[in-house]
Amino acid sequence: MDMPVVFSDREDQSRLESVIERVLEEARKQGASSAEADAHMDAGLSVTSRMGDVETIEHTRDKSMGVTVYFGQCKGSASTSDFSDNAVIDTVKAACSIARHTTEDPFSGLADAELMAKNIPDLDLSHPWSLSAERAIEITKECEAAALNTDKRITNSEGATIDSHQGIRGYGNSHGFIASYPASRHSLSCSVIASEGDKMQSNYWYTVARKHEDLEALTSVGRKAAERALGRLGASPIATTQMPVIFSADMATGLISHFLRAINGNSLYRDSSFLKDTLGESIFPEFIRIDERPHLIGGLGSTPFDNEGVATTARDYIIDGVLQSYVLNSYSARKLNLQTTGNAGGVHNLFITHSDLTQNDLFKKIGNGLFVTELMGQGINIVTGDYSRGAAGFLIENGEITRPVEEITIAGNLRDMFKKIVTISNDIETRGNIFTGSILVDSMMVAGQ
Amino acid sequence: MSNNLELARSVLLTPTGLGENDLQSVLDQLMTHSVDSADLYFQSSRHEGWVLEDGIVKEGSYNIEQGVGVRAISGEKTGFAYSDEIVLPALTQAATAARAIARSGGQGKLQAWSGQPSQSLYIPDDPLGSLPETEKVKLLESLDAEARRQDPRVKQVVVSLSGVHEMVLIAATDGTFTGDVRPLVRLNVSVIAEQNGRREQGGTGIGGRVTYDYFLEDDRGLKLAREAVRQAVVKLEAVDAPAGTMPVVLGPGWPGVLLHEAVGHGLEGDFNRKGSSAFSGRIGEKVASELCTIVDDGTLPNRRGSLNIDDEGIETQNTVLIENGILKGYMQDKMNARLMGVNPTGNGRRESFAHLPMPRMTNTFMLAGNHDPQEIISSVKKGLYAVNFAGGQVDITSGKFVFSASEAYLIEDGKVTRPVKGATLIGNGPESMMQVSMVGNNLQLDEGVGTCGKEGQSVPVGVGQPTLKINNMTVGGTAS
Repeated sequence: MDMPVVFSDREDQSRLESVIERVLEEARKQGASSAEADAHMDAGLSVTSRMGDVETIEHTRDKSMGVTVYFGQCKGSASTSDFSDNAVIDTVKAACSIARHTTEDPFSGLADAELMAKNIPDLDLSHPWSLSAERAIEITKECEAAALNTDKRITNSEGATIDSHQGIRGYGNSHGFIASYPASRHSLSCSVIASEGDKMQSNYWYTVARKHEDLEALTSVGRKAAERALGRLGASPIATTQMPVIFSADMATGLISHFLRAINGNSLYRDSSFLKDTLGESIFPEFIRIDERPHLIGGLGSTPFDNEGVATTARDYIIDGVLQSYVLNSYSARKLNLQTTGNAGGVHNLFITHSDLTQNDLFKKIGNGLFVTELMGQGINIVTGDYSRGAAGFLIENGEITRPVEEITIAGNLRDMFKKIVTISNDIETRGNIFTGSILVDSMMVAGQ
Repeated sequence: MSNNLELARSVLLTPTGLGENDLQSVLDQLMTHSVDSADLYFQSSRHEGWVLEDGIVKEGSYNIEQGVGVRAISGEKTGFAYSDEIVLPALTQAATAARAIARSGGQGKLQAWSGQPSQSLYIPDDPLGSLPETEKVKLLESLDAEARRQDPRVKQVVVSLSGVHEMVLIAATDGTFTGDVRPLVRLNVSVIAEQNGRREQGGTGIGGRVTYDYFLEDDRGLKLAREAVRQAVVKLEAVDAPAGTMPVVLGPGWPGVLLHEAVGHGLEGDFNRKGSSAFSGRIGEKVASELCTIVDDGTLPNRRGSLNIDDEGIETQNTVLIENGILKGYMQDKMNARLMGVNPTGNGRRESFAHLPMPRMTNTFMLAGNHDPQEIISSVKKGLYAVNFAGGQVDITSGKFVFSASEAYLIEDGKVTRPVKGATLIGNGPESMMQVSMVGNNLQLDEGVGTCGKEGQSVPVGVGQPTLKINNMTVGGTAS
C-alpha cells in the first residue's frame, strides 16, 4: 500500500514561501497599498478499524492560500486551493474587487512592523511519521481489541482510528515579513459500546502528540475507552438540587476556554462579553494564576508567530486572581486602544495553577457532590456569562464515587462560577492547548428529576 | 436536470480536457481489484461573504475551491483519496490509493451510464452574481439602519451575507453519471441591546437555495432586522429559568431541532447498521406517541436542506421515519442501504470532495396534528414555552439529547407570562417522544439557516414542527 506523502521540509517551505511572495507581489502590482497572505500544505493518513477489521483508509492532502489586500483602510480577502500563477492573479483580483466595495475602517490594517517576529525559534514541532497503511491497520486493530477484550459487556464498537498529519504553515505581509514552519500531529482514538439489558453506553479515549513516540500505549487507549463506557452503565438522573461540582480535567479545559472567549478582544469591542472593562479586576480566587507559554518545546499549541506575523511571547492573563491582559489581535487592540498580544488566531499553551491534591482528594474534600465527566450542548452565553449545559458523570457521596449519573443539567453564571473555584487538582490535561487539572466549583444548580 | 449535468460538466471537466471515457477508464481501473463499487465526485464551489459591523461594511471575502474525491468500497471497507487538482494523473493517483482497500484480482463490472434523475427543486443560477456588489452593501446597510431604528437600546449590530454556488458531478460504477448545480444563500442579523448596564444578544437569520433577490422580496431582510431586535429586547426582561422537570411546550418551526437531535440522528443508516443507535433494530416498534409522524423530505423547493440529488447521485425523496408513533425506516446512503438490504433514500451527503459521504438528514420535520396552539398552552398549569433555540447535540447510543433554548417563557395557569433566560433542555430521545401529548395544527419549517455537524462534517439542513407539548422534560435553569 502507499506510504503517505512525507514533506521534504526545507524544499516545501521554500515552495510555500514563494507562493506567498508571488501573492504579495501581485497585490502590489494590482495597486494594493498593503497586503498579507497565508498559506498551508498538509498531508495525512487516517485509518479506522472496527470489529476487528479495517473499515476506512483515507489519504488526505490539502493546501490553501488566502490573501487580504488593503487600499488605504479598505479591505478585501480571497482564498483558493490552487497555487498556479493564474489562480494567484485571479485570487488577488477577487480580493481587490471586494476592497473596492468595503467601507474605510480606521482600525483596519497590518499589525505594526516593529512587532513582527524577528527570529523564528525552532520549537521542535515537526516529527513526521512514515506510517504505512498496513501498520496503521495493525495499530487500530490492536487498540480496538484491547477495548473489546476488557469485559464481556463491551458488545459493540465504533472503532479505533489513527490520524497522522504533517504540514507547513506560512505567512507573509508587505512589511517584508515572510516565514514558515513545519508541524506534525498524530492521534489515536478508540470508541466502544458497553451494554447491559437493553441499555447501551458509548465512550471513548484518545491520545495526541507531535511525536508518535509520545502517544499513549495503544492498549491503554483501548482499555480506557472500555472502562469509561463500562463506568456509564446503569446511569440515571438525580433529584434537582444545589451541590458542589468537580469538572474532570478534560471538561475543565472547557471552563477555561469560556474565560478565554470572554477576554478575547473580538468579543470585547463588540460589547459581547460579560468580562468587558474588567482589566485589573479580580475574576478568580487569589490562588489562581493563568499564563501563556507559546514557545513550549514540542507543545501542541506552540507557535513562533501569530496569524499576523507578530512575535508570540510568554504572558500572564491572571495573577492572584486578577485579570492582567486581554487576548488581542491588532484589529481588536486598535478598537480597544491597546496593543496586540500576539494572539491573532488564539492562545498558545495556557497553564492554570494547580494544587498538590489528586482528583481523589477532591472527592474527599467535597464529601457529597457531582463529578462531571461529560458535557453536552451549546448553552454558554458569553454576553451575559449564563451557563446551562447537559451533563453526565458520577455522584460523590461521603468522599467516594457511588453511581453514574446522566440526563441532568448544570447551570450557573460563569462570573460567579470562576469566583467559586475552590481548588484545582494535579491531574493535568495535556492533550490540547489548555493545561489544567480537575476544577472544583463550590456550588451549582443541578437539574434532574 | 440534464441541463445541470451539462453545466457541471462544462465547469468541472471541459476545462481540464477530461472526457467521459477518462472517467470510465479510472472506474475500470478501480474495479480491477475486488471492489464492489466505486465513485468519483467532482466538485467546484465559489463562496462569498460580506460583514457589516459598527455601521460599515468592513469585510468581504471570496473563496474558490475545487477537487475530486475517489472512493472504492469492498464489503464494509472503504478506501478514499482526493485531489484538489482535476487532471487525469491526479485522478489516477487517487484511484490507486483508494483501491488499495481491496485485494487485487477482482472482476467487478462497470455498469453503463444509466438514465438521469429529473428533479428540479431550485434554479441553478449563481447567487454571487445575482446582485451587484453595491446593492449587497446597500442591503446590509439598510438592515443596520432598520435595527437601530427599532429601539434606542440597540448598541451593536452585525449583519452578514453569504452566498455559495456549487457544482457537482458524480460518476459511479453502478452506472450513475449525473450532476447538480446548487445555489445557497443566507443572511444573518445579530444585535446587542443594553439597558441599565445589562446586555443581551438577539440574533436570527434566513436563507435557502435561492438568489439574493429573496432577501429583498417582501422586505424579508428588514423583517429579519426587526426580529433580531425583538429577541434582544425580550431578553433584557428575562428572569432566571426554572430548574427541574416540568411540561414543556415548543413553538412551531425552528424548535424542530428537537426532532433533529432526539430522533433524526438516531435514524441514520450507518448507526443502525452498526447497531450503535438507541433506535437500532426497532423498525415496526412504537418509539413515539401515536400523535407523532416524522419525515425527512429532501424535495421541498428552494429549501436549505433540499437537494435534487444527494452526493451519490440518488434523487432525494420524502422518507417517512415515524408514522403515528411507529418506527418505519432509516435514512440511507448507498453503502449502508446495500449492507442492510434496503433501498437508498437519497440521504448520502458529504461536506465536500475531501470528505466521505454518509447518511445525513435533509429537511426533517413533524407533520401537523389537530390541536389549536392556544389550547396547548392553556393545558399547562406550570411549565415552559420555548420558541427559539441555539442548537443541540445527541449521544445516539444512549439516546440522551440536549437543546438550548435562547428564547423561552414561563407558562403559569395556562398563560404565557415572563420571559426566562436561556436554558438547556435535556432528555432521552425515545422516552421524550413518548411524552408528546399534544400536537398543533400549525406546522412551520425553519427560516433556512440550519447546519448539522457529524463526524467533523458540516452540511446545510432544515427542521420544522407544529407547536407541541412534551409532558415531562428536564429544564436546566438556576431558579429552584
